[in-house]
Amino acid sequence: MKTLFISVKIFLVLTILTGIIYPLLITGLAQLIFPHQANGSMVIQNGKVLGSELIGQNFNNRKYFWSRPSAVNYNPLPSGGSNYGPTSKALKQQVIYREKSLQEANSLPQNASIPSEMIFASASGLDPHISPQAALMQVDRISKERNFIPKQKEKLLSLITNLTEKPQFRLFGEERINVFLLNLELDKITR
Amino acid sequence: MTTFDLIQIALFLLALILLTPALGAFMTKVFSGEKHFLKPVLGWLERIIYRVTGVNPDEESNWKTYLAGLLTFNILGFLILFILQMIQSHLPFNTEKLPNVPWHLSFNTAVSFMTNTNWQSYAGETTLSYFIQMIGLTVQNFVSAATGIAVLLTLIRGVSRKTTDKLGNFWVDLTRSTLYILIPLSFVLALLLVSQGVIQNFTPYVKATNIEGTSQIIPMGPAASQIAIKQLGTNGGGFFNANSAHPFENPTPFSNFLEMLSILLIPAALTYTYGKMVGSVRQGWTVFVVMFILMIAGLAISLHSEYATNPVFGAHSMMEGKETRFGVTNSVLWSVVTTDASNGSVNSMHDSLSPVSGLVAMVNLVIGEVVYGGVGSGLYGMVIFIILTVFIAGLMVGRTPEYLGKKIEAFEVQMAIIAVLAPSTVILLFSALASITPSGLAGLNNSGPHGFSEILYTFASAAGNNGSAFAGLNANTVFYNILIGFGMLIGRFGVIIPVMAIAGNLAKKKITPPSSGTFHTDNWLFVMLLIAVILIVGGLTFFPALSLGPIVEHLLMQSGITF
Repeated sequence: MKTLFISVKIFLVLTILTGIIYPLLITGLAQLIFPHQANGSMVIQNGKVLGSELIGQNFNNRKYFWSRPSAVNYNPLPSGGSNYGPTSKALKQQVIYREKSLQEANSLPQNASIPSEMIFASASGLDPHISPQAALMQVDRISKERNFIPKQKEKLLSLITNLTEKPQFRLFGEERINVFLLNLELDKITR
Repeated sequence: MTTFDLIQIALFLLALILLTPALGAFMTKVFSGEKHFLKPVLGWLERIIYRVTGVNPDEESNWKTYLAGLLTFNILGFLILFILQMIQSHLPFNTEKLPNVPWHLSFNTAVSFMTNTNWQSYAGETTLSYFIQMIGLTVQNFVSAATGIAVLLTLIRGVSRKTTDKLGNFWVDLTRSTLYILIPLSFVLALLLVSQGVIQNFTPYVKATNIEGTSQIIPMGPAASQIAIKQLGTNGGGFFNANSAHPFENPTPFSNFLEMLSILLIPAALTYTYGKMVGSVRQGWTVFVVMFILMIAGLAISLHSEYATNPVFGAHSMMEGKETRFGVTNSVLWSVVTTDASNGSVNSMHDSLSPVSGLVAMVNLVIGEVVYGGVGSGLYGMVIFIILTVFIAGLMVGRTPEYLGKKIEAFEVQMAIIAVLAPSTVILLFSALASITPSGLAGLNNSGPHGFSEILYTFASAAGNNGSAFAGLNANTVFYNILIGFGMLIGRFGVIIPVMAIAGNLAKKKITPPSSGTFHTDNWLFVMLLIAVILIVGGLTFFPALSLGPIVEHLLMQSGITF
């Protein structure tokens, strides 16, 4: 009986400590020091939330850069991957279809290789990035759709270079480009 | 693979090796009650906790009383979490008006977090309110890790003390590891993670309308505080469904590095603490080296497999289930690290890994989560294997086996065998049951051998208290929730109870001083023997099952066969 009483009391104390004080303290400090990050790194224009820098979005319009395939179609509720295995017939069919559609949409030759992340779905379904190669692959299509003159196309190419994120601290992770941020800048390209 | 990939791996391993003695020495001071730099800062809180709860910190108990306290505390934690979820809709901080959680899912989740497994049959962002995540799950993240450390401490005391039945005070061990180790480390990590973009707020989900006019509901919540302890406590239960693949849980390659390091940090450092506390630092490093070799071997095989061409797709380095910012190397490294430690968080979808990478993950699970393993649990699991090894070595030379001066006799070996068999039984029997019943097969996402792998992985993960998944399997059914729940309980307490019995029995024994006939347990010969025993026990038990899953899938994949 004594054990039970102590259990209950210790449990209460540790709950207050780790379940209330600790998260509230972190919230307070996070909101104070890193308010932008703590609230989801939102991109807000004219008081409207366009999305989060970190959460990938679906782009269907041929005038925009397209994101990776997503098993949840970029709906964050809930996030997730396809969970297809390495011998999955369903995945094989999807990949063939995606490869063909991307080749056609971007007027690439039939044997052109497509960057791996553009034909395979991400783990979270919300991957905000693609490789710089995958962005470059879409430049011709976008320039054509937007009737870009050569100078504008050059601007677009340098935009890709500028927005490409190098490995962090030159040490961690992969080279990548954020599709949402790229599209935001894309709309700003003028004559 | 490039040199750049190798540098990232080397950096990770180097950080792990350097931090091990640093944190290990600090933890030794904390657990022995010596002076350390956090005592002036938080010592008053420790004293208040004892005063409020009526714990006498100087009172030590025998293994049965200690175990009774541990079990009572864990059962209580389970019940509270179980009930909280079922009345979720009546509780505060439920901005999305999420309904009560069904009983079988509540049962599964409560067991899961109490046993430090953190298997998730639910999707966080659509199932649980901030209240449950914080007051329910975060608390269990802390105390289940502290429970693991407590069990390890009794074992250490059993080995290092002589002719006594006193193994320490559960409440003191629990309080100290939470207060001085888990909370401070989580505090630092949580803030670092927020700086990288992990969210920490209590606002309702945000509706966004993108430039094409499509809308997206973006989930919010106090994620960083939970993710920090989820990694450090080898818990692994994500705030969101996609776990550490979710950009809000793991936004940058640097956050990825920090989280990955946090998975192994405490389990690795505990080997040093162990060495210190049993009176031979060398002994601790021996265990560290065994774990290190097993980890590197798994990593090499897994990387090789993931970079090799998959003939079905005619492609290599496939990005299915992987995030662009992490790429192949960081995804594979994480998959090995998270299954070595019984963490179970993921930054890629293990279901989509190549068959041999999946195999490596499964081997890590079925050998009992002893390659660093869970906080505390990895090391006490390893000591079980050490007992078996000295026993086998003793049989070979016809001498009573000893470990650190303690005679290893029939009782210790019997208990060690129970600790090995309990999780193995769960993995094999429960997998068999799920493979032949309609309710088991209904959950599959893949067919052919990969479907069987999904089932086998599930129960290996449950019994090893890992919590990662071949997540295609739809486990949120009454059948799976209950079966996995019992698997996790047996996998946790089927090891803890025999380990504590061993600790209690060892403490009563005298310490025999080393003689010329003593079999040394801190040299390369022992390292090799121990690795062999782990692989043979794991291999013999699980080779048939593994060959039906990932091994046959690998062979069929080579012929380009799909299912």
